Amino acid sequence: MKAFTQVTGVVAPMDRANVDTDLIIPKQFLKSIKRTGFGPNLFDELRYLDEGQPGQDCSQRPLNPDFPLNFPRYKGASILLARKNFGCGSSREHAPWALDDYGFRAVIAPSFADIFFNNCFKNGLLPIVVDEDTVEQLFQEMYADEGYQLTIDLEKQQIIKPDGETIAFEVDEFRKHCLLNGLDDIGLTLEDADDIRAYEAKRREQAPWLFDAVK
Amino acid sequence: MGHPENKKQTLYDKLWQDHLVKSRDDGTALIYIDRHLIHEVTSPQAFEGLRLAGRKPWRTDSVVATPDHNVPSDAAERAGGIEGIQDEVSRIQVKTLDENCKDFGIVEFGINDPGQGIVHVIGPETGVTLPGMTVVCGDSHTSTHGALGALAHGIGTSEVEHVMATQCLIQKKMKNMLVRVDGELGPGVTAKDVVLAIIGKIGTAGGTGYAIEFGGSAIRSMSMEGRMTICNMAIEGGARAGMVAVDQITLDYVKGKPYAPKGEQWDRAVENWSRLHSDDGAHFDAIVELKAEEIEPQVSWGTSPEMVVPVNAVVPNPADESDATKKAGIERALEYMGLSAGQKITDINLDRVFIGSCTNSRIEDLRAAAEVAKGHKKADSVKQVLVVPGSQSVKAQAEKEGLDKVFIEAGFEWREPSCSMCLAMNADKLGAGEHCASTSNRNFEGRQGYGGRTHLVSPSMAAAAAIAGHFVDVREFGGVK
Repeated sequence: MKAFTQVTGVVAPMDRANVDTDLIIPKQFLKSIKRTGFGPNLFDELRYLDEGQPGQDCSQRPLNPDFPLNFPRYKGASILLARKNFGCGSSREHAPWALDDYGFRAVIAPSFADIFFNNCFKNGLLPIVVDEDTVEQLFQEMYADEGYQLTIDLEKQQIIKPDGETIAFEVDEFRKHCLLNGLDDIGLTLEDADDIRAYEAKRREQAPWLFDAVK
Repeated sequence: MGHPENKKQTLYDKLWQDHLVKSRDDGTALIYIDRHLIHEVTSPQAFEGLRLAGRKPWRTDSVVATPDHNVPSDAAERAGGIEGIQDEVSRIQVKTLDENCKDFGIVEFGINDPGQGIVHVIGPETGVTLPGMTVVCGDSHTSTHGALGALAHGIGTSEVEHVMATQCLIQKKMKNMLVRVDGELGPGVTAKDVVLAIIGKIGTAGGTGYAIEFGGSAIRSMSMEGRMTICNMAIEGGARAGMVAVDQITLDYVKGKPYAPKGEQWDRAVENWSRLHSDDGAHFDAIVELKAEEIEPQVSWGTSPEMVVPVNAVVPNPADESDATKKAGIERALEYMGLSAGQKITDINLDRVFIGSCTNSRIEDLRAAAEVAKGHKKADSVKQVLVVPGSQSVKAQAEKEGLDKVFIEAGFEWREPSCSMCLAMNADKLGAGEHCASTSNRNFEGRQGYGGRTHLVSPSMAAAAAIAGHFVDVREFGGVK
């Protein structure tokens, strides 16, 4: 996994609550058997004026001029500012894959849906929870200042504003450790293989039917 | 969670405890997974990951696969098997699942196997998923299996790979929520209406961070299939896991299923499962209560499952909402749905009707829809009514009961088991601007087709709407038990 230490970048808005993963990456793109290449279809139904198809060359499609990610001022954005319950709905990991492939490294919102939140950490994408008032303030500052940038320092668990003011955020110790070092958590879990085997042996005694093969 | 001095446990506490391999100093835990269901959409990248890292599945016999999302519901197309799938990208994905299962030695109920069906339908109906299990699948509606008294939830593809490689998930314990529905449901009011009413009350983020146990006399008296419908939509209330305590209804349901324990094993299992309920006085971090008598048939009007009202209500007015973000959400939803504030729900005309999905494609759902449809014809203004059974086994049972004929005589289309128009990954989809009465679980923008407008309802409400051409209160329609 890609490590995340510090990121400085342009902030772009997704100014609505309950953004679902269907909206982040619509179903037709889930037919891919790869992990990459979803960036051009991020927010497909909002971003373009036509219906997208898998494998299509998106550079020829009509852009929705009213969708913020299409505004020149948000070009190259790497931090997405969002509202409550971001990433709700389907468990599709294609949602963080699409955000990552587009170039986002972090999403800031007052709250996230559980599965999406979890999926982000597996892909070097940092979801940051800050309170609603702070998010509102960031929206105002971003709208007022073209080219508004933030720095995110994961080690210090801080968002650093252009004026130097900092906003602290929480992150689980384990997830932080994995992100900072770009660690594969399967490798870490396999270090506990003996514990897993011991559990399995005990469980097999208690509930042998759980180990019956399906044929 | 819960008070440390309180030794009384919730159902979730017990299931968690039973599967705890290891607690780590950093607050995370390794949780053992008993059953891993996979389908074609969220597994290919996980298999690819295993190959790249040179890893093998920890316990292949814990994994069961079936293709459901992409497979055609059209009988002629379906008859051609994988090679017959016309959409090339879909065909490659289904074929990839097939190949991966062969390569890794995983049991798969293939595209036209008698065991095939929507993963969340075939798990309980075969006994592949059982009480007391931890069940995961790269699909958010895995919460369905919680109806058995299991800890079941959706995971992402990286976690699919993690579970295959380690048989475990890295988790933090969730909080406990009890949703209690007491009383008796009125005629024509179903499990679907109950869960939509719950989501309407708690909101789509209400259950975030919680495992929800559904209890109360209305849930206790509900069939297993009804409980599955409720647990299925726990995720629409924000909770990864929903569950119901094990009782006699559970045991009667599980007994005799092909992969359920037999003989002496059954007796041991029953003894083990009899403790799978919350202890009296166990601590819940949140309790939500609904009165069954107050729940009416529900219809979603907007683009989030929380945007739901009783069938005799009107579309809400954004002017009545004080919260700015919510108000903007209502305005946007009205525009997308082509509805106006104050419009009667029963004045919404339907273009298509979909009866199916992991929420409502089981035999009881089809019986309820057929009961309403019997002797009627779909309205001419309704272009299509799809009835898509959840599994080959549900399909066979329905045909044995003659339900397929009832549907066909009513002008409905009887299809092959698949996820179908719930998420429109196969050819079944809405056209832009079309309104659909759907028994599925999500009414998000574009979910059932680009520009499509979804209204979530119960199977009997969907059948009644198909006949009337617009929403009607099924209680006044007839054919309702």
